[in-house]
Amino acid sequence: MTDFERHQYDVVVIGSGGAGLRAAIAAREAGKKTAVVCKSLFGKAHTVMAEGGIAASMGNVNDNDNWQVHFRDTMRGGKFMNNYRMAELHAKEAPDRVWELEEWGALFDRTPDGKISQRNFGGHEYPRLAHVGDRTGLELIRTLQQKIVSLQQQDEKDLGDAEAMLKVFAECTITDLLLDDEPGKGKIAGAFGYYRETGRFVVFDTAAVVVATGGIGKSFKVTSNSWEYTGDGLALAMRAGGTVLNMEFIQFHPTGMVWPLSVKGILVTESVRGDGGILKNSEGKRFMFDYIPDVFKAKYATTEEEGDRWYTDPDNNLRPPELLPRDEVARAINSEVKAGRGSPHGGVFLDIASRKSPDVIRKKLPSMYHQFKELADVDITVEPMEVGPTCHYVMGGIEVDPDTGASPSVQGLFSAGEASGGMHGSNRLGGNSLSDLLVFGRRAGLGASAYVEGLGGNKPTAKEEDITKAADRAQAPFTHEGGENPYTLHQELQQTMNDLVGIIRTDAEIKEALKRIEVLKGRIANMTVEGHRQFNPGWHLALDLQSMIIVSECVAKAALTRTESRGGHTREDFPTMESDWRVVNLICSLHGNDIEIVKQPLPIMTNELLSLFEHSELEKYLAIDELKDHPEAKR
Amino acid sequence: MAYDASFRVWRGNTNGGELTNYKVSVNEGEVVLDIIHRLQQTQTPDLAVRWNCKAGKCGSCSAEVNGKPALLCMTRMNTFTEDETVTVTPLRTFPVIKDLVTDVSFNYQKAREIPSFTPPEGLKPGEYRMQQVDVERSQEFRKCIECFLCQDVCHVIRDHEDNKPAFSGPRFFIRQAELDMHPLDTASRKRDAQEKHGIGLCNITKCCTEVCPEHIKITDNAIIPMKERVADAKYDPLRWLGAKIRGRQPGDVE
Repeated sequence: MTDFERHQYDVVVIGSGGAGLRAAIAAREAGKKTAVVCKSLFGKAHTVMAEGGIAASMGNVNDNDNWQVHFRDTMRGGKFMNNYRMAELHAKEAPDRVWELEEWGALFDRTPDGKISQRNFGGHEYPRLAHVGDRTGLELIRTLQQKIVSLQQQDEKDLGDAEAMLKVFAECTITDLLLDDEPGKGKIAGAFGYYRETGRFVVFDTAAVVVATGGIGKSFKVTSNSWEYTGDGLALAMRAGGTVLNMEFIQFHPTGMVWPLSVKGILVTESVRGDGGILKNSEGKRFMFDYIPDVFKAKYATTEEEGDRWYTDPDNNLRPPELLPRDEVARAINSEVKAGRGSPHGGVFLDIASRKSPDVIRKKLPSMYHQFKELADVDITVEPMEVGPTCHYVMGGIEVDPDTGASPSVQGLFSAGEASGGMHGSNRLGGNSLSDLLVFGRRAGLGASAYVEGLGGNKPTAKEEDITKAADRAQAPFTHEGGENPYTLHQELQQTMNDLVGIIRTDAEIKEALKRIEVLKGRIANMTVEGHRQFNPGWHLALDLQSMIIVSECVAKAALTRTESRGGHTREDFPTMESDWRVVNLICSLHGNDIEIVKQPLPIMTNELLSLFEHSELEKYLAIDELKDHPEAKR
Repeated sequence: MAYDASFRVWRGNTNGGELTNYKVSVNEGEVVLDIIHRLQQTQTPDLAVRWNCKAGKCGSCSAEVNGKPALLCMTRMNTFTEDETVTVTPLRTFPVIKDLVTDVSFNYQKAREIPSFTPPEGLKPGEYRMQQVDVERSQEFRKCIECFLCQDVCHVIRDHEDNKPAFSGPRFFIRQAELDMHPLDTASRKRDAQEKHGIGLCNITKCCTEVCPEHIKITDNAIIPMKERVADAKYDPLRWLGAKIRGRQPGDVE
């Protein structure tokens, strides 16, 4: 039997980004002994990369804002495929989640009357994003990190041990969830993993696991995501019998850096456009005016003059089309580059230099100024940036109950944040991610705590043979001889996903991708890792790749199945949005080594929420018989 | 544009190690972290290095390049000549785990020794009112990405393991300054800065400011003002008298 360490917890949270930390705080405050397990050091999560802000309808800058308006914007952004209940909870609870951060020490930028300042962002009707310059994600992580430290300080005072009730297991990777029975029947009983530092195995006995592992971007070549985004949580959930939904919806952020090569994909915040930046092609044309889709015609300026007036007088002018939802802008840039009107390195120009003074740019966009100065040797106060689409966010994810984050198929499994799906429909609005992490992180922490409470003394126990199996699986790459190296396989997978299941998709290309994925599966099963288990990046990648391949197959199969274009899923061969497809969620599950995909009806929005929209707008998305109870339909 | 560069990378673990020479190709526009990744992909798959965002925002890939503390993702290869050997070693102030990865738990321990933000009693969430000019001072310190380069370069602990228990280092002086300058924080922090965190040991050589990738003016804006506040609280005769009359400890006084 392999040697391993063993710990007992009430709740184990996997992931230490915004959702994971907020879940851990909620579970600890509910009195549960809680562990946070994360692949990196505490405080390094990918959330720190978020720049723009946290969307919450506090109404500090424009008091017309309220949760109903935020709800409407969110549903529009998601093309009405959002889980309506999640969008409702999110819009209602986001302000409280922001305000409590202040109580924990966050220092947001202020309005002249001393409240939290809010900025404009794509798809949001009013200035709504609480922010700290362009480093809001860092502020969020640091605040939650410091809140966890303060809870530990309290435990040290009360219990004599700072880690008695809440402990962070940093640089520790979970490779398997443990059940008390077969996948599909069993309840969560624990989690198995290894310390990156030593390679030593560790078992957590726990009845509840909150998966908050973030996204899947590392399956794509050009991405804004860090190495951690390998879809581990989704694969863990699926191997335990859980389901994921709507994996075809992937957000390609319109503005990633395109040059130099070493930073290709790194994000350029949407705030550049929110603060006045415009997009131009190689002919100097402000091309976004040519790309306003019909569903948004009434909401966006059609002339440059009106668009420019909006920055100072938003009540009497329509916003410029640079601020359309991300999917629209990404596709527009893609089209311009394809038409030969791109910038020298294959992007388009994002120009703030000609629009704002150097002082204002440095004040409002300090991180962007430094990012370009130091990584690309470009002074954004003098010259335009070159930008292009980059894989940024997955709208799909683990299927959850909106109120508690519970998986409908595995008892004891909870999820929140980017790892979970449904909240953002087919496309996420900027700023709605950080608020999502807080709202649903807390709810999953509370959901997990209530579930453990309900079990009383009847806690499921993990099967010892499963622990042995998990250890064998983790060590397998060392035992294969003559297999390929994981770095090569990773590059091939990234190239495949980028080229064949990227921003614009076709039937033939996705089928080709699935063929290659099938071959890669076999090669990944036989790959070889050199060296030993102590801090061995080759081994780490080998295990992460096993998650990436599962997730990639989900993306490709869902993309092949959905024969329409909507949000983060664009099919060249099915270019229009179809109301029949709007009511279909695509659910993936794992059977042996294969992904099965089924259609499941989208939950139907309550009439109360439906009535928040005008009939004429809903007609663009919903079938007529879905609207028979709308107040305007009765007239 | 591409050329073969000479790299010397420290390989080893807690039992010791040595600088190892590599020839590795470099393309236009790359940073040192790209080259370390190329080594992993082509020559040394088990070379240990920490990294995350690769954009200078997370502070994970801290190491020393030619003896100078730096983020590997922010050190551009075009700052070296093509015939220059680039030497990459782990942070010297912290114990090595393997290759370029060090044990930085010292910093997490010190973080736990600083009492957290303490808002005024009775102030409800949503009711906080602060002016931008007042939050900006603390905001500068909250830009910190916890790369710990300032801790690494600080000579008080760089080669003096024995100073570590009594000295928290620049990262935690700015944390204390941040809280002390927070418009709504009510805790008294000056005595702690002196007695528990050893701010007096700092002799303001500004090495920390020089290596900060976020360009935080650690010495001028945090350490020196904190030293002055500590001195004011402790030695100002009027404050001393006031404290005496009210029966408080010197340094508790705001």
